[in-house]
Amino acid sequence: MNVYGRKPVDLQRVSTPTGQVFVIPERCKGCRICIQFCPQQVLHESEKANSKGYHYPQVAQGKEESCVHCEFCTMVCPEFAIFTTGGGP
Amino acid sequence: MPEEKIVDRHPLDDIIRSDRMPHIWCAGCGIGIAMRCYAHAILASGIPVDQHVVVSGIGCSGRVAGYMNIDSYHTTHGRGVPFAIGLKLANPDLMVTVFSGDGDLAAIGGNHLIHAARRNVDVKVICVNNFNYGMTGGQVGPTTPTGARATTAPYGNPELPFNLPYLLAASGANYVSRWTVLHVRQLKQDILDAFNRPGFVFVEVLAPCPIGFGRANNIADGLEEMELYRERCVMADGVPLEQLGIDLREERPIYVGTFVDRDQPPYQPIQLEVDS
Amino acid sequence: MTTRRVLTGKHFMHGDYACAEGAIAAGCRFFAGYPITPSTEIAERLARRFPQVGGVFVQMEDELASMAAIIGSSAAGKRSMTATSGPGLSLMMENLGLAVMMEVPCVVVDIQRGSPSTGLPTMAGQSDVMQARWGSHGDYRIVAYSPWSPQEMFDLTILSFNVADRYRVPVIVLADEVIGHMVERVVIPPEDEISFWERKKPQQPPNGKFKPFLAESSDLVPPMAHAGDGYRVHFTGLTHDERGYPDMSAETHHQLVTRLIEKVRRSADDVTRTEDYYLDDARIVVISYGCTARSARRAVREARDQGIPVGMLRLISLWPFPEERVRELASNADAFVVVEMNLGQISNEVERVTRQPARGVFHAGGAMIPPEPILEAIQKVANDA
Repeated sequence: MNVYGRKPVDLQRVSTPTGQVFVIPERCKGCRICIQFCPQQVLHESEKANSKGYHYPQVAQGKEESCVHCEFCTMVCPEFAIFTTGGGP
Repeated sequence: MPEEKIVDRHPLDDIIRSDRMPHIWCAGCGIGIAMRCYAHAILASGIPVDQHVVVSGIGCSGRVAGYMNIDSYHTTHGRGVPFAIGLKLANPDLMVTVFSGDGDLAAIGGNHLIHAARRNVDVKVICVNNFNYGMTGGQVGPTTPTGARATTAPYGNPELPFNLPYLLAASGANYVSRWTVLHVRQLKQDILDAFNRPGFVFVEVLAPCPIGFGRANNIADGLEEMELYRERCVMADGVPLEQLGIDLREERPIYVGTFVDRDQPPYQPIQLEVDS
Repeated sequence: MTTRRVLTGKHFMHGDYACAEGAIAAGCRFFAGYPITPSTEIAERLARRFPQVGGVFVQMEDELASMAAIIGSSAAGKRSMTATSGPGLSLMMENLGLAVMMEVPCVVVDIQRGSPSTGLPTMAGQSDVMQARWGSHGDYRIVAYSPWSPQEMFDLTILSFNVADRYRVPVIVLADEVIGHMVERVVIPPEDEISFWERKKPQQPPNGKFKPFLAESSDLVPPMAHAGDGYRVHFTGLTHDERGYPDMSAETHHQLVTRLIEKVRRSADDVTRTEDYYLDDARIVVISYGCTARSARRAVREARDQGIPVGMLRLISLWPFPEERVRELASNADAFVVVEMNLGQISNEVERVTRQPARGVFHAGGAMIPPEPILEAIQKVANDA
């Protein structure tokens, strides 16, 4: 990536975390709060629906490497239906 | 990292009654978010889970007691606070949290709320404020903003709502703060800190109520109310307590943050030196 | 003042104070209340005594809070009590129902005064009897005792705690202002002679499988887990299943409410208390309770001196109503005379159970019914027979 200005000396060692998204479709109620507030816009509504008809979140195409495990979706989901775990670099 | 993985278990499933999921709250309701912050804070608190007790009243927010996998008491309307006082005074080792709604705590429960704050009892109160009586269909409540519509205020609420932080500060609470369910990190931290703050702690949590409140007030869904919080919330540095009221009619800021942080000693029942 | 827990010995003691000492002797260590004549002295005594014996006294902001606080305290394992009078009991009704539904033991002392409404705050009444039975909404049963002396204020308060704990039910001590404010001999036994009935405990350790509202024994009382014991129980006032989880079904509701009622019905043998006076050969039975029974006993004695075959059944437990004993008496007696300081509350029960009209000697309250009108009523009944 391009870094303008001072370059941190440990840039090679430090890297952006990556996260793995987990979804529990049957709990989702389609509120879309996770989709809207993900800072990396990783999620979108899946075309599939759960048994109540709600379209649960899915990782958008092209965004598979974008989750940084910020855990905002985990914290802001009212339904305990989505969470991430942190992978290493 | 590939696409999402579909699972049927959540990391918090031991601290919530996962056998009762999905819960009853509407799509876009913020109560689940507040509950999640509370659950997370319990696990991070360092206090054994078996010592945590939640007490709730009646209302949608009151249903939290039924979903937490800890000792939980779903009591009568407005009477959660004195019930919690009984629990705490009977067993001071318990960490007692009252989790209830604006109508339950500030209308029918108002008297108990201010007296508990006056006594500075060592009880933590999380007040989910969704500006109406949601469970019964969206009636006007003590925190409904002026002009907002509700089923019992079809022409717009003619009354002024409570400025809860002002009320609780005047009553003597040790700690008073307000967040919204968008401020998940601050909320969870605040609840976590509350467990270590002796005395009466009151945390107001603004939350969307898309069906009860939002629909009547041109807020399309929970997401839109979250966006409203994002736009209008401002940290209340140095804002006087009397200006912390919420008015949705104008583009006024909604103040969040810590408003009162006192160190008064918590209520202690009198115990004399006794000859054995 | 002494710091002893149980004031063993002979005393000349105020009725309300005797009730407070009974609570202490029973191991009650939590009192939440609100001042109301004529029960205030109970709160005052406990405000002074509880700090000496390791109890917690708190004066709450109203009776609703008091009732809620004692249920909370009892849910955490402490024997808990409140004391009030008619107007306060009215305020406690909703939470009384909560205690019934949650099956949390507690003792509520009602020193009755002239009612309804503000009535006669400083004078006796006995008109909360039906309210004690039916005051809260819904079908339910509680236990209620009626002391007729400061001695019984002491003894029946202890019994109330025992019954409450064993059956997980609220128990009301239905006294009246005469008994509450009178000063009389009270003998307090040594502490080790005071019986203590334990709450039923869960038989398994906390393993996630305990069902807090599963009653497998014939007494229909589920074992009780307290807050902090590790069982992670859920207690709700909503209709619930054996796990304590809300269950909004007609079937569960009927089962639950029926069990709660049956539980108290089955306790009757253990719980019922009456006292007989001259009943062996009685053709006329006087039924009375509380302070009124003192006058009634005098009238019965005088009537017997006149040769009238009359006896008295003094009710000590008012609820559950001692149906069996009254029915038993009905098989030999020709007539019942019910004497009470209300306009016919227990009288209704007597008529219901005996299926015959009872003669009433009633007064709405304010002063003890003297023996004379009772004697007159007995004489009239004897003449009509």
